[in-house]
Amino acid sequence: MATDFVAQGQDLELLGIRKEFPGFVAVDDLDLKIPAGEFFALLGPSGCGKTTTLRMIAGLESPSAGKILLGGKDVTNTKPHERPVNTVFQNYALFPHMSVIENVAFGLRQRKVSEPLVQAKQALAMVELEHLGERKPQQLSGGQQQRVALARAMVNRPSLLLLDEPLGALDLKLRRQMQIELKAIQMEVGLTFLHVTHDQEEAMDMADTVAVMNQGHIEQMGAPEALYDRPKTAFVAKFLGQSNIFVGDVIDSGEVVSISYNQTKLSALQKRCEKTSGKVAFGVRPEKVEFHEEMPSESSGRNILGPGQITDIRFTGVSNQYQIEIPGVGEITVFAQNIGRSPVVELGATVWVSWKVEHSFGLSDLPTGTEIEE
Amino acid sequence: MTRFSLGKYLLPTYVALTFLFLMIPIGYTFVFSFNDSIKSNIIWRGFTFDNWLDVCSQAEVCTAFSNSILIAVSATAVSTVLGTMIAIALVRYRFKFRSATNLLLFLPLATPEVVMGAGLAAQFLDFGWPKGLPTVIIAHVMFTLSFVVVTVKARVATLDPALEEAGRDLYANPAQVFMKVTLPLLLPGILAAAMLAFALSFDDFIITQFNSGAVDTFPKFVYTAAARGIPPEANVIGSFVFIVAIAIVITVQVRASLKRKKLAK
Amino acid sequence: MAFVALGQSAPQKQQGPVKTGRIALVLLTPGLAYLGLFFITPLISLITTSLKAPSDSGLIGRYDFAFELGNYAFAIGQYAPQIFRSFTYALIATVVALLISYPIAYFIGVKARGKPLLQGLLLTLVIAPFFISFLLRTFAWKQIFSNDSFVVNFLKNIGIFGPDANIIGTDFAVVFGLVYNFIPFMTLPIYASLDRLDIRLVEAGGDLYANPATTFWKITFPLSLPGVISGTLLTFIPISGDYVVASRDFLGSSSTAMIGNVVETNFLRIQDYPTASALSVMLMATIVVMVSAYVRRSGTDDLL
Repeated sequence: MATDFVAQGQDLELLGIRKEFPGFVAVDDLDLKIPAGEFFALLGPSGCGKTTTLRMIAGLESPSAGKILLGGKDVTNTKPHERPVNTVFQNYALFPHMSVIENVAFGLRQRKVSEPLVQAKQALAMVELEHLGERKPQQLSGGQQQRVALARAMVNRPSLLLLDEPLGALDLKLRRQMQIELKAIQMEVGLTFLHVTHDQEEAMDMADTVAVMNQGHIEQMGAPEALYDRPKTAFVAKFLGQSNIFVGDVIDSGEVVSISYNQTKLSALQKRCEKTSGKVAFGVRPEKVEFHEEMPSESSGRNILGPGQITDIRFTGVSNQYQIEIPGVGEITVFAQNIGRSPVVELGATVWVSWKVEHSFGLSDLPTGTEIEE
Repeated sequence: MTRFSLGKYLLPTYVALTFLFLMIPIGYTFVFSFNDSIKSNIIWRGFTFDNWLDVCSQAEVCTAFSNSILIAVSATAVSTVLGTMIAIALVRYRFKFRSATNLLLFLPLATPEVVMGAGLAAQFLDFGWPKGLPTVIIAHVMFTLSFVVVTVKARVATLDPALEEAGRDLYANPAQVFMKVTLPLLLPGILAAAMLAFALSFDDFIITQFNSGAVDTFPKFVYTAAARGIPPEANVIGSFVFIVAIAIVITVQVRASLKRKKLAK
Repeated sequence: MAFVALGQSAPQKQQGPVKTGRIALVLLTPGLAYLGLFFITPLISLITTSLKAPSDSGLIGRYDFAFELGNYAFAIGQYAPQIFRSFTYALIATVVALLISYPIAYFIGVKARGKPLLQGLLLTLVIAPFFISFLLRTFAWKQIFSNDSFVVNFLKNIGIFGPDANIIGTDFAVVFGLVYNFIPFMTLPIYASLDRLDIRLVEAGGDLYANPATTFWKITFPLSLPGVISGTLLTFIPISGDYVVASRDFLGSSSTAMIGNVVETNFLRIQDYPTASALSVMLMATIVVMVSAYVRRSGTDDLL
């Protein structure tokens, strides 16, 4: 029923979008293509330009330069009310002087759709709130208001649905529950969703494609698994999960690229490297790192560092987080699952760490704070 | 222990006594509206409803009262519209000369009425405009405007801009957003401002005296009559206005408290 | 009420898009032009009128512009007692009104907090006098204090007053009437300040070993200062220009006349517009000096 209720989504394309505010550039020559029907997440820290990008797509801000295409049609200069785009606002922005059902019917009435109340009721049914239509928004809980906001936007069958941190005001448990529901609704209606968030877990959990935004541009875009497995920049490596990062000069490049990191040779596969000459940063995820109580034998396709001391152990339930201080190398984070396979070590124990060469990734830039000696 | 309980009852007692003091002239005016007076309404001569039942036996009182209503309604209409526009601009827009605008709006609030009254009268003399109903209304719009701006501005400041954006997002053009979202949400503030403007205009004496010429208003009538004694019909009108105003205030408060209770459920 | 709003600091700065330009101009122009035409230019008229001299025609009420600064010298020479009396009355009445109003505002804003019904009732009582013409209220006091009234007779009987004593027409009666009329104007802004006072600050004062009196003077009073300043301005300014209370038909006599009474007489009765205007200009100048000291303290955004 729900599928014939909402039209299909459309492609969204941003071409060289730029937004300048007095004194700073919020969005810097952004190119982006979101295919119809996709759940797309724009992820970034606050102030990275993601909300400004969303507001430009909605028509609430006009870009300083660039074009916005919706289903191939240029909508850059159209007003918000002329765009087939709807938004779920950050704090929902439900009209306090109207009942829930009138909120949902607002867009339908504006477009002079016949029988707006019937459609509004159907939309409320989809978010399981049909029994609360006569209430005022202030009488609903946060989660219920969130659903009303969703129904109010979706009932218009927009080509593109924009979600501006829609779950930000909910508590953790409700947020996780709404993530699942939101994803289910999107799959059911097949609309194009553009979801803006600063919560990496939320983005990875729901989206087909995630674009990580930083300082007005997109750092990297791709499927969540790909982004996690092969971050291309230091920002992505650190913003999405945690990473151990090592910077050194390339000493060997072929199918396997190696750097010299404090006299130790670290290697990565060339196809997992963005850069193969000069000063390069390599990274590895903490859960890919193992530790050993005795020095492991060289070679065997592993990078080895050590010996070092365990300086901190944190129990987080399914896994333990270890901090290991290796003299002359620095601090390394290791996650080990509590399934009895890793050796039991205590604070202060001497250990070596190692990981498979194919688990290393080479970044295109250096982490901020690295001095560049030329 | 005794000192503590003294402190506990001292303040409420003081507040109660002060309120009693504030109410004395109101009570006096109300009581003497029922005085069966013959010439002047100074000595109590017995209780009667006649003054209430036949207010217009003193034709001057009634004319003055209806003039006051006419002036207050006209001035309120104009100053509410102009003031609301300014209030929206002040909160929602950035523009040059902002400090100058704030100052221009503040000055009428900080100017003694006699200065505003005499200044406007001097200007009407310079222009050669005869004083009358139009000049009083002009004067009342002038001195109520800033009060409207202040009152509406407080309401605009609490209005979430995202609500208007949601309206635009949901296919309403700017005019429709204003009519369906902005205006209904500002309405309580605009109504409060209109009531305040009406009350200020209705009660104004000094500015009116300088700019009304031969037109009589209710406060002007009371001022003139004070020399020989104010007729009880004036007390009737004063008391009547008081009762209506208090009834409005109480209704508004009760409604607000019922709404709070309903929301709490 | 606007007086409450006036006591508050500027509302929070608006976030979101900041629009400028034509719409703002369209919204502002009519109202500001109106104030320009009927508030600012009248002040200029007042200044030019204050410099006029009697016209050559010799007709009463006819004056021509002459840059006659002598009008000011005349006004000061003739009306120095009234000018001095106006500001003295205004100062005393403001201080007394502040002393009476502060505890009321404190009770409504702090003690009655969390009891919306009581707060609403008390606020209604504070503004109740506004709903009945202040001329009628002032006249009621005149009757209550008139020579053969119960109050005066009582004071005579118990010997506080001599047989010829009276209240109406004295400095006391005028200041009393002024204080009475302006208590609400003083109470509301102070209430607005105290209502927003974070009670935890006072509790922190107690927690940090300050006794109640110290807590009041070091924490509560300084935080209510914006309201006290607004209330003081809202009381002092109108009182300094008032002429109803001091009028001989109400609570005053010829020996209590204030600037307002003189302006009224000169402008409306004997048509000496230049003298009336010169007095008004001097009154306005005094107020402007006072207010600009206030503006320098708090900036223009806090004005409204």
